[in-house]
Amino acid sequence: MTSSTLKTRPSRPARSRSGARRNGSHAYIHVVLGVGGFIMAFPFLWQIIMSLSTNAEVQSVTPTFWPAHLQWGNYVAVFERLPFFDELRTSIEVTVIRTLAQIVLCTMAGYAFARMRFVGKGPILAIVLSILLVPSQVYLISQYQIVQGFGWLDTVFGLVAPGLFSAFGTFLMRTAFLRMPAELEEAARIDGANPFQIFWRIMLPLARPSISVLAITTVLWSWNELLWPLVVSTDSSKMPLAAGLATIAGDVTINYPVLMAASLMAMAPILIVFIVLQRRVIDGLASSGLK
Amino acid sequence: MKRRKRFDGWWPVLFVAPLLAGVLLFYIWPILQTFYFSFTTWGVFGGATWSGFANYVQLITDPQLYVSLLNTVIYTAVVLLGVPIAVWLANLVNTPGLRFAQLYRVLFFLPYVAMPAAISLVWRIIFNGDFGILNYFIGLVGIKGPYWISSPGFALAAVSIVGLWSSLGFSMIILGAGLKDIPPELHEAAELDGASPARRFRSITVPLLTPSIFFVVIVTTISSFQLFDLLYAMLGAKNPVMPKTMSLVFYFYQSGFIDNDKGFAAAIAMFIFVLIGIITLFQFRFQRRWVSND
Repeated sequence: MTSSTLKTRPSRPARSRSGARRNGSHAYIHVVLGVGGFIMAFPFLWQIIMSLSTNAEVQSVTPTFWPAHLQWGNYVAVFERLPFFDELRTSIEVTVIRTLAQIVLCTMAGYAFARMRFVGKGPILAIVLSILLVPSQVYLISQYQIVQGFGWLDTVFGLVAPGLFSAFGTFLMRTAFLRMPAELEEAARIDGANPFQIFWRIMLPLARPSISVLAITTVLWSWNELLWPLVVSTDSSKMPLAAGLATIAGDVTINYPVLMAASLMAMAPILIVFIVLQRRVIDGLASSGLK
Repeated sequence: MKRRKRFDGWWPVLFVAPLLAGVLLFYIWPILQTFYFSFTTWGVFGGATWSGFANYVQLITDPQLYVSLLNTVIYTAVVLLGVPIAVWLANLVNTPGLRFAQLYRVLFFLPYVAMPAAISLVWRIIFNGDFGILNYFIGLVGIKGPYWISSPGFALAAVSIVGLWSSLGFSMIILGAGLKDIPPELHEAAELDGASPARRFRSITVPLLTPSIFFVVIVTTISSFQLFDLLYAMLGAKNPVMPKTMSLVFYFYQSGFIDNDKGFAAAIAMFIFVLIGIITLFQFRFQRRWVSND
């Protein structure tokens, strides 16, 4: 497109070629991505603006692009008008317990499926992975029955229970352990290490990148999950944030700016983690290829 | 030296048993039980009695099934429109030496990590018929915007737009990983032969990206077919438009946990299961026609 394209010499290394060449067309790329990026971010920006406005400003027909006075009090009102603190604590408990449990259970099972020999390994692995083919609605009703049978409705036990176990996590960790060289194990075995020591001291540290992918996906999935919490909790002070917010959404007495402040605070932990760890999160999700 | 043809005694039991116990109790058993439930009718005070195919007969004669199915298909189709857009955008973001590339990635990916229940509330206000900013912008060009959330067709459109918005970043990330695997020599050779950037995009990038595109299409289809969170949080469970706007999973939720008809809901769940299975199979068969695996 530009004249510099013609002058590019064939033997040039890729890096300098690309750096020098497309500067002319980069402007178009920045316009497309800039406008697109703004559209993607706009709801978040608008949410921040609305959370700092008065209810009247949010509901004015001509939008208030900037509130007359920043209403920081809306953020305080979240704690007074909603059981926000209880819901936040529930969300944190559920997410932490699930993430730790999945890391322990999935790394151990994934390691055994990848590296150990035992009777029935193939069929057992097939049973675990078969869950991946089944949409969650298929087990939801019966999971509810089980949790109800244990008396766990409206408790953290009920919220965390099914999500402690993950076929996806097991698959992810098995793949990670399959890739590791066999020599490491052999050497440790000759030195007299037992299978647990090999797993704990040698293999687990090497699996750290995959463990962080597992942790990121579990945190994201657990924090944002809606259907299961709606099913097992009815008391708004015992719900996690996602269910709490969705439940009050239709409540006409709630005031919009407070709702915006609450929803922003509910998303904030994940958004902050994502922005701080952006590269690792993006690469991790790209490599796992799944939520 | 010992070979790998060796059994590890009781260690594997210790490693696998905790996960397996949970999987059997919370997943495998429920799958079997739901299949059984789908052939039972539930009394008001609990207790399921065998009723053969009654739920399935009721299901396929229920107009609500077809409304929900059609809404789900429309939603999925709109979200799939995002895939070609994502191919285009991912290719732009992956331009070598582009400044701010990481910033763009973050911006596009932000909606994917945002809690659906929370961000839906924001969209709900953006789509408000009286004071929503979307109708304000539409009004600037002289069009009177509709009451999105309270008219069935527009409510589904609103939910679909948000679905597209929230899934675009995920597709871009997966496609971006695929783009990095395309050897730069191919582009260089084509460039020497005088191929324009547009021509190279069409003849090199897209064909070599088909495995990633295929993966994105499958994952997007399966997740779109399970539309629930956005619909529930944007419209509210008690919204009068819901019967005309609901998805299959909402229909399942309403039957099983609001109307408390768990046998019927189990039949819906089996229907969703079979449907997703058929779609996935179909996509894998169709894959051979257009995915290059070289």
